[in-house]
Amino acid sequence: MTTVQDSTKTPSATPSKGSRFTGAVANYLDERTSISGITKELGRKIFPDHWSFMLGEVALYSFIAILLSGTFLTFFFEPTMTQVHYDGSYVPLKGIEMSAAYASSLDISFDIRGGLLMRQVHHWAALLFVAAIGLHMLRVFFNGSFRKPRELNWVIGFTLFILAMAEGFTGYSLPDDLLSGNGLRIIDGMLKGVPLAGTWISYLFFGGEFPGEVIVPRLYSLHILLLPAILVAALGLHLLLMVINKHTQYAAAGRTNENVVGVPIMPNFAAKAGGFFFVVFGVIVLIASFFTINPIWNYGPYDPSPISAGTQPDWYIGFLDGALRLVPPGLEFVLWGHTWSFNILLPMIVIGIFIVLVIIYPFIEAWITGDKREHHITERPRNAPTRTAIGAAGVTFYAVLWAAAGSDIIATHFHLTIEAVTHTLQALLILGPIIAYFVAKRICLALQKKDREIALHGYESGRMIRLPGGQYEEVHRELNDYERWRLVDYIDYKPLMVRPDARGRISPMQRVRAVFSRWFFEDRISPATRAELESGEGHH
Amino acid sequence: MRTHSSTDARRRQAGRRHPLASIALITIGLLSTGGAYALLTTTASADAPAASQASISEGQKIFASNCATCHGMSASGTADGPSLYGVGAASVDFQMGTGRMPLAYQGPQGEQKPPQFTQEQIDAVAMYIASLAPGPGIPDQKWLNGDGNIAKGGEVFRINCAMCHNVAGAGGALTEGKFAPSLSGVEARHVYEAMVTGPQNMPVFNDTNLTPQDKADIISFLKFQQDNASPGGVDLGSLGPVSEGLFIWIFGLGAVIGVTIWITARPN
Repeated sequence: MTTVQDSTKTPSATPSKGSRFTGAVANYLDERTSISGITKELGRKIFPDHWSFMLGEVALYSFIAILLSGTFLTFFFEPTMTQVHYDGSYVPLKGIEMSAAYASSLDISFDIRGGLLMRQVHHWAALLFVAAIGLHMLRVFFNGSFRKPRELNWVIGFTLFILAMAEGFTGYSLPDDLLSGNGLRIIDGMLKGVPLAGTWISYLFFGGEFPGEVIVPRLYSLHILLLPAILVAALGLHLLLMVINKHTQYAAAGRTNENVVGVPIMPNFAAKAGGFFFVVFGVIVLIASFFTINPIWNYGPYDPSPISAGTQPDWYIGFLDGALRLVPPGLEFVLWGHTWSFNILLPMIVIGIFIVLVIIYPFIEAWITGDKREHHITERPRNAPTRTAIGAAGVTFYAVLWAAAGSDIIATHFHLTIEAVTHTLQALLILGPIIAYFVAKRICLALQKKDREIALHGYESGRMIRLPGGQYEEVHRELNDYERWRLVDYIDYKPLMVRPDARGRISPMQRVRAVFSRWFFEDRISPATRAELESGEGHH
Repeated sequence: MRTHSSTDARRRQAGRRHPLASIALITIGLLSTGGAYALLTTTASADAPAASQASISEGQKIFASNCATCHGMSASGTADGPSLYGVGAASVDFQMGTGRMPLAYQGPQGEQKPPQFTQEQIDAVAMYIASLAPGPGIPDQKWLNGDGNIAKGGEVFRINCAMCHNVAGAGGALTEGKFAPSLSGVEARHVYEAMVTGPQNMPVFNDTNLTPQDKADIISFLKFQQDNASPGGVDLGSLGPVSEGLFIWIFGLGAVIGVTIWITARPN
């Protein structure tokens, strides 16, 4: 393992011509920009060497792929809804009346060299981008890497996730084909479902009755200007905070809350990361070269009357679509002269609450634990059983909504009735998270127990010996100190005790907090203590 | 709740097959035949193969031994199968030619399987059924060549067919376990016959609704889709964003994670 200390090489006595030139250039730049300070700071930023720490980078690199391919697409895309007759080279749409946006998307696909590849790179990279963000967030959540001082970066990261979804959705709506129009129709329905002001909001958004003639140019401005600008700004802040807060790391011998062990950016990590960028880009281009994505030529121009079976949003909007599919019927009623569409409001409210809970989770947990310390050591998920269980419940909830977006495909491909699929998923939406919560928590506790057992008594070696007295015993292989460290170095929280404050009173807030704290930390396995380890070592 | 709805469904099914209902239907059919006579003779029955008495009785024999259990000895229907008066030769050719009839089992809908009879046998049964009452005949070959207007066919397909069969003809789900099958590999003749007869859960698209030329255009569009692979590469079943999402999670992210594990692995 490379550590920080030995990364700088001592310069050779007589510099070669090349390095003298480099020195002169560096000096020239430094005297005018004082860049050496930043380079010193950044160049020695340490990256831990666990694969799960690379997921954010995957998101970053696919974002770069999106920016590059997207720039290419803007050269040829016409964001207007002016009606034209298609005269490109795709025979099944020849002469059909369509918007200029759709016609230019078809031209990009069929008549501009490399256009289809770029469109597919752009779209596949977008899917990978959001998927990598999702996985990255799960890593951060289950490792407890959102704890102080990183709560704000969690919020920024989640904002990036939302922005990425917004970018995805606006992009999905631009080609103005049947699929994108149907997606917008659902947005229109959601807007109109807002009580009292819904219809006005929809008219404002679409510039009149849906679909109108302004939505594509408006979404285009959002898609290529406003949203990317906010996204890049938030991304910059995200990375800046990452540098300021430094990376977290897994517990191991030699790793403390005060240091970071890993590879410095310069030169090792930069080389690895640069290569990794090209690998990610390569994977995207490879997929885009061989696999169709969003075959807009199949869908035809948007027209409010037709729809296609199997119309779904891209995967990251699926959970919203799934929520709409799972909502039980009969929730719409008229009251005080207004229609209250709870069939649309209920899913929106539930999803809204879910999203807010995820954003503020770091603050909730900090309040419950009352822990004001900084944490730079990554927690193994098993060592925070309640958090892991909450995460598992959240993932299950999301997954059920997500699966519901494909309910028709599930029904046809597994020869089920769509009603059975819907009803099963409705039940799972409620029961699934509860089951997942308890199962995950029990698994965590069991793993903690196993760790404790191994820390105290070593691994079972499978070798049986017979003692002189006739007793049989299995020989346990002792752990070395490095192995043991991993198993015992975690914080053992205890439920908060309710204690009177300075004025001798117990506030109701304290009581609530104690209840939550008991829920969080009641079931726990303490790590093996020094005393236990020392007495345990004599056993075998 | 469920038992209630299933008994409801049973009552509905039984109601549909009530003998009196069949008779009423036949009466209505006969009454409307007068009006529809001109249309039927010009478009449907005109080009039907000459029905010889020999092949009709051959068809009747095949019918009696294979179909009559459900459709009745006189093809007037039983509780287990509808009357075949007026369904026409097109219906027989479609149902038996795609293997849907005879049914393997009573289910939400008859499913495609290898045909159980030769084309001669099917033709004979078709002639027998057509001889009972007038109905849509076997389509003229001139509509089936796939030389119609592909763009027009695509437009008509998207408006009339895509909501069940999907824009790429990949099929889709209907209620209660029924489904619109995939159209890839279906013969032009069967596509045409399905449109005029409305088999299983499909609505009828008669000649005033979609003219024979519209149907020929649709067939040409489907033929184009079948003959030309997706310009973008492997089409992942043309199922839309669901298969794309699965693909990127399993193969895209899978490949990338494999690489992350590789580059962070320590040398042994």
